[in-house]
Amino acid sequence: MIISIASGKGGTGKTTVATNLCASLDADFMLLDCDVEEPNAHLFLNPTFTGKERVNAPVPEVDLSLCTYCKKCMEICRYGAIAVAGETVMTFPELCHSCGGCAVVCPEKAITEIDRFIGTVETGTLSLPQNPSFGRGLMDIGQVMAPPVIRQVRQLEKEKDLTIIDAPPGTSCPVIASMKGADFVLLVTEPTPFGLHDLTLAVEAVKLLGIPCGLVINRAGIGNDDVKNYAQDENIPVLLEIPFDKQIASAYSKGELLVQALPAYKEKFKDLYTSIEAIVNRKGEA
Amino acid sequence: MKELVILSGKGGTGKTSLTAAFASLAENMMLCDADVDAADLHLIMDPDIQETHDFAGGYKAEIIPDACTGCGQCMELCRFDAVKPVEGAGIFCIDDLDCEGCGVCADLCPESAIKFEENVCGQWFASSTRFGEMIHARLGIAEDNSGRLVALVRDEARKRVTADHIDLLLTDGPPGIGCPVIASIGHANAVLIVTEPTVSGIHDMERVAQLAAHFKMPAMVCINKYDLNPDQARAIEVIAKEKEMVFVGKLPFDPAFTKAMVQGKSIMETHADSPAAAQIKEIWNRVMEHPAMKMDRLC
Repeated sequence: MIISIASGKGGTGKTTVATNLCASLDADFMLLDCDVEEPNAHLFLNPTFTGKERVNAPVPEVDLSLCTYCKKCMEICRYGAIAVAGETVMTFPELCHSCGGCAVVCPEKAITEIDRFIGTVETGTLSLPQNPSFGRGLMDIGQVMAPPVIRQVRQLEKEKDLTIIDAPPGTSCPVIASMKGADFVLLVTEPTPFGLHDLTLAVEAVKLLGIPCGLVINRAGIGNDDVKNYAQDENIPVLLEIPFDKQIASAYSKGELLVQALPAYKEKFKDLYTSIEAIVNRKGEA
Repeated sequence: MKELVILSGKGGTGKTSLTAAFASLAENMMLCDADVDAADLHLIMDPDIQETHDFAGGYKAEIIPDACTGCGQCMELCRFDAVKPVEGAGIFCIDDLDCEGCGVCADLCPESAIKFEENVCGQWFASSTRFGEMIHARLGIAEDNSGRLVALVRDEARKRVTADHIDLLLTDGPPGIGCPVIASIGHANAVLIVTEPTVSGIHDMERVAQLAAHFKMPAMVCINKYDLNPDQARAIEVIAKEKEMVFVGKLPFDPAFTKAMVQGKSIMETHADSPAAAQIKEIWNRVMEHPAMKMDRLC
């Protein structure tokens, strides 16, 4: 089973929910931090990293001794990543989406693809009793292509095991790359107008993917009841509420887990997992 | 004209609430919401939309079933695994969510069976608000090209700021350090990083500070909710100094921010006498005194 933890709005508590869920589970699982722009899960679970691989994107390199300046490469490229002017060919690797079109259409076979470094995938184990595997992606500073880094992190998934994914905020391509193929999306929000607005966008994205979802309301008690009313109207189950509490905020600020600061939460996170399992199994039977 | 971009790295540190507060303080200013993925500034600004424009952010491929012979070349060529066999039909179809819009399948289909059309994937708006004009946008759900839409709304805002002799463009940036963030900072005067005194806040501030340095963009730092962890707040001040970012101040945790948001107002409108509001004024003055904010950046 794959559970993707997403939010729409940033800073609502995705990582808090993901890391505390991990620290409460008895089952074997794997945690993947797919917020490759700003990964934070490692700050709370102190993994031991044992492996590191590069994420490369193929980009064109033109052999000018073979090039006849026919411009076919420039014509097929929708990203303006290759330009031919007179007897000059320029490539702009930072604009390249690695579709490979230029290399395929070049009649002279003058284009080969070379690796461009865009990020890193690190693997290791979490310091929890089951020694769960951990993987995270880290997009290199100044790069723009998060989805290939996310996809490479997600290659670590093993079919039969439970995988928890900490997704990035938003509703565009990096989020979709982190939710696609999941069996359940756990949406984390806060009960404020910003939280509600971005939640509705996230719910639309989850619906588009046809994945069942449930809600965690974090910092319950601030703001108003609109998120709850919305969840009720949309028939989205509220699976856990975490009240706003300065003790929780202070533990979080130091990189401590909620279940360490307030151990009673361990049972709540176990129940959260049980509820998710029940929803996924029900869907499987249907 | 001058442009300040509010960033954070980590989401939810208070970019939009602070942008709204600054909008109450600034004169002769225009707003730009560059968080097109999960835009929230309009919830405070209550914009009166004057213009709506479609944003065609790329192309999508579509296989015409009757023309497809099932040769499978498109599936072999597609690097994004967007081409899927239609079960039992011996032909193929394209999954919109996976299609990158590169057009390689369409260009090379031997039967010319693939349509490749421009894809309207969002809208952008020019609005009037009680603080001035605002340019904002909404990217369609699950669309890519958010960086291009950010670039578009900023270009539009910058053009209008210049044409209308407006002094300042205040841009509410997206979280993260990726494509939309990079698109939100080019040619700006400076960025203001809003962080919080948490391990995540610090980690993410350092990543976005590296990004600003990478693009040689002057950066300032302020802390929201500093009293949640004063030790971490001091650590942020030290880091800011080490990285040559001007530290412009810190705000206490104050439920007034949420109360103002619930009312659709900025904290300067609802709680003008609060300690947080006083701090915001000081931060604003320090931001505007930064040498990078003194220079005119023409389009």
